Amino acid sequence: MSQDFVRQLPGSGLVTQRKAALGDAVHLDIPMVLLLLAISAYGLLILYSAVGQQTAPILSQSIKILAGLGAMIVIAQISPIFYMRLAPWIFLGALLLLALIYVFGVEIKGSRRWLRIPGVMNFQPSEIMKLVLPLILAWYFHDRHLPPKARHVFWSLVIIAIPVMMIAMQPDLGTSLIIGASGLFVLLLAGVSWRLVFSAIGIGVISAPALWFVLRDYQRQRILTLLDPERDPLGAGWNIIQSKTAIGSGGLSGKGLFEGTQSHLDFLPESQTDFIIAVLGEELGLVGVVTLLILYLLLIGRGVILSLQAQDTFGRLLSGSITFTFFVYVFVNIGMVSGILPVVGVPLPLVSHGGTSILTLFAGFGILMSIHTHRRITL
Amino acid sequence: MVEPLALKDHTWESRIFFERIVVGFGILVVLTLFLVARFFYLQIVQYDIYATLSDKNRIQVQPLPPIRGLIYDRNGELLAENSPSFNLALTPERVEDMDETLATLRRVLQLSDEEIQAFGKRLKRRQRPFESVPLRFKLTQEEIARFSVDRHAMPGVEVEARLVRHYPKGELMVHAVGSVRRINERDARRLDPVAYSGTDHIGKIGIERFYESDLLGSVGYQQVEIDARGRVMKILESDLPSPGKDLVLHVDSSLQQAASDALGDRRGTIVAIEPETGGILAMVSKPGYDPNLFVTGIDFATYASLRDSPDVPLFNRALQGQYEPGSTIKPIIGLAGLVTGMTTADYTVDDPGWFKLPNNDRLYRDWNWTVTGLGGHGQVNLEKAIYRSCNVYFYSLAVKMGIDRIDDYLALFGFGVNTALDLPEARSGLLPTRQWKEDSRGLPWYPGDTVNIGIGQGDMLVTPLQLATAVTVVANRGKWVAPRMLKSGSDLVERSNVTRMDSIELIPDHVWDLVIGAMEKVVHRGNQVYGENGTAWAYIGQDIPYRMAGKSGTAQVVGIAQGEEYNEEELNERQRKHAWFVAFAPVEKPEIALAVLVENGGGGSSVAAPVAREIIDHHLLKNTAAKGRVVALAGQ
Repeated sequence: MSQDFVRQLPGSGLVTQRKAALGDAVHLDIPMVLLLLAISAYGLLILYSAVGQQTAPILSQSIKILAGLGAMIVIAQISPIFYMRLAPWIFLGALLLLALIYVFGVEIKGSRRWLRIPGVMNFQPSEIMKLVLPLILAWYFHDRHLPPKARHVFWSLVIIAIPVMMIAMQPDLGTSLIIGASGLFVLLLAGVSWRLVFSAIGIGVISAPALWFVLRDYQRQRILTLLDPERDPLGAGWNIIQSKTAIGSGGLSGKGLFEGTQSHLDFLPESQTDFIIAVLGEELGLVGVVTLLILYLLLIGRGVILSLQAQDTFGRLLSGSITFTFFVYVFVNIGMVSGILPVVGVPLPLVSHGGTSILTLFAGFGILMSIHTHRRITL
Repeated sequence: MVEPLALKDHTWESRIFFERIVVGFGILVVLTLFLVARFFYLQIVQYDIYATLSDKNRIQVQPLPPIRGLIYDRNGELLAENSPSFNLALTPERVEDMDETLATLRRVLQLSDEEIQAFGKRLKRRQRPFESVPLRFKLTQEEIARFSVDRHAMPGVEVEARLVRHYPKGELMVHAVGSVRRINERDARRLDPVAYSGTDHIGKIGIERFYESDLLGSVGYQQVEIDARGRVMKILESDLPSPGKDLVLHVDSSLQQAASDALGDRRGTIVAIEPETGGILAMVSKPGYDPNLFVTGIDFATYASLRDSPDVPLFNRALQGQYEPGSTIKPIIGLAGLVTGMTTADYTVDDPGWFKLPNNDRLYRDWNWTVTGLGGHGQVNLEKAIYRSCNVYFYSLAVKMGIDRIDDYLALFGFGVNTALDLPEARSGLLPTRQWKEDSRGLPWYPGDTVNIGIGQGDMLVTPLQLATAVTVVANRGKWVAPRMLKSGSDLVERSNVTRMDSIELIPDHVWDLVIGAMEKVVHRGNQVYGENGTAWAYIGQDIPYRMAGKSGTAQVVGIAQGEEYNEEELNERQRKHAWFVAFAPVEKPEIALAVLVENGGGGSSVAAPVAREIIDHHLLKNTAAKGRVVALAGQ
């Protein structure tokens, strides 16, 4: 075949030569499953300490992890073509749910983020959007000529802006920024010119001070607290002072598992949820933290490899965005607990105690595996 | 022309995607390294800082306040103890809605605005989270019960028990023992914060104030591990406090009660001293107040009514009240006259009822002077001058002696100085001298001033304690014993502003015999013709089963104009003279010496002497009864 012809074949990526893997038959990626299990197990151990060695929360967390794994397996069985075809409808459905919040939303601590299905559960439509936004953008770009033309960039920014604004107004600034980031990753991976990327970043930096006036009082408070926790040590600064104290007092190898005084004497707030990395830092020290970071990097690295092996535009953009977004969770959470980012309510993925976020995470990895294991015949 | 079909360039796409994802992964690795660096900085570089902070969080050094020493009277009766008191305290972190909780408590416990405000101030002074702040002190059982009904609706509100000072005798002993008060901000600035950590009260008055350092004890500590709510999880180390010293006072509660009863509802004061030791047996000042009111904080209305009362209950008359001694001073002037040779036992003065200085028209009246000129005591020697309390004799003697010699002798008995060893509120009175008059008024000493001093009037001022002390010295025939409260339990610390007195040795026995004999006659000389009985005999001397030496006196409250007859009924009750009586007994071997003052009481012999008799009866007859020598008073 002539080179000219080959070039036009869809599915001819740079990394195309691979053997059929063990997991392909069950549509799972074995290394990724193992890494997910390792991180979840490590997370359960930390959580077991954080809850004061009670078994009930561990049981409920394990059930959630199992449910996540189940969802992942189911999602991985379905061909990505199915998701691609349904993408516009899924997106519209998710937007509708976000809109419903303004009608039926449950207000908790001054913001409306939850929808209540009576007798069943409360859930956050913004969680679904974490996967749906990359999905719709990957759909939008999959049959377009890349790099995207200016008007395509414009429309994709509109698609990003709609859910981001809706979530920001709940208000839930942290989640809306992460969802915005997941959409922008698609654009970046689609090949938007670096010039455009850097000028956007430049404009962002320059206009950052203006953003100050848009922020709500409590959000400004969080930024001021980040800059100087001592301005209100018993109030807003308490969390960050106590988490830094927990981490710092752990030293190289920690105070020992279950021996953390900051967490067990309740100085550390939210020690089972958003601030759980401080428990790890206190009890297992720098060694324990670096171990977790290495596991995360391996998982993300595996996600990168799977993305590179994806055969079409849709698969590549979606896998890449999901992988990078996962890192954003890790970075924002750890950055916030260690005092380099303002406090936003982002859990530590696969470790923090809590329901819906675990489900979303596993579902994302399910999509990655679905894309990876439903490839067309290799040459 | 056919428009070129925009076909997807898959190779380009793959290459760009590869490039983007590699760059992205690179950035992500760099950011991860940045996180590692951050943790390295916190956990390795700043480890010491955070390890210390973490220990500071969990390890708390708690003061263990010492138990304040107890105070007993000479018979072992408790005068000051520590009893549990229940406070209502709030932990703000656990209170859901502070305004609502305060509103509920306000209704349930009838809190005042003041209490809420004071609570707000204490709330701001709080040191650490989860520290409770007291809202109300000294809850009654009923208040605790009422609070308990509603407590489920008020998380973060607790009843806390503490030991606080309690004075079982209440008002009876207040001016003898003094009291503690809650430490206020001014105290806090001057106190050693270590010694007083965990202690809420400090001795403010009297014995409680003077022996503060003994009573306080020394503070202990415990190092505890606490959780973020301030709950103690375990004790790591402790150093127990040592309780304060228990003190025993000379005061006799039953005598104090008898003295208080004898005075009844009248305003006045009594100081009784044991002549052998100088120990104060009783010290009454009326009206008084209940010291327990002040221990846990008094409400403003009650405090204002005590502070503004015309009867000045907060004022300790025995130590701080300064009055003219009146005729009670005469025996001492007499002693001085004999020792200086200015008079003799036989020397007599003719008393027409008045006295005049040469070349001066001013009339100095005797107490029985009348406009008709029929008053006076006739020919009077020193003995009669004392038992009849003849003014003219002492006017004349004083003028003969001159003020300087009088001052010298009065000073020997402690007038004009403070000799009280452990009574911090005691005052020095005033012994007028030439120098004093020059300095304070810019005027020279006039002979008329000396005339007044002769009968204890004019500018001279004494406190009841000073007068009782002087009588004690007379009872001891010159042997000085400084007045004191403490019997045992600590060392008497000498205060810098207390004057140490030497015993009086220059007065010969026969002089003491004469003067003390004359004082005995004040009480015991009776059944004589008109104008020959001792002044107090009719009131107390007729049935007395022991020998008592005494002397009455009256202290002017307002001056009486020249030529005007003294009419007590015309005077307002508050302008009437104060009645004095000083005494000691038994004469042969004195066991008690005292001074009684009834404010605006009128005559010393008629009003104050019976009070003195009642007290001495109680002291001597109760004691003799105890020794098995039953003295039947009935029928005497």
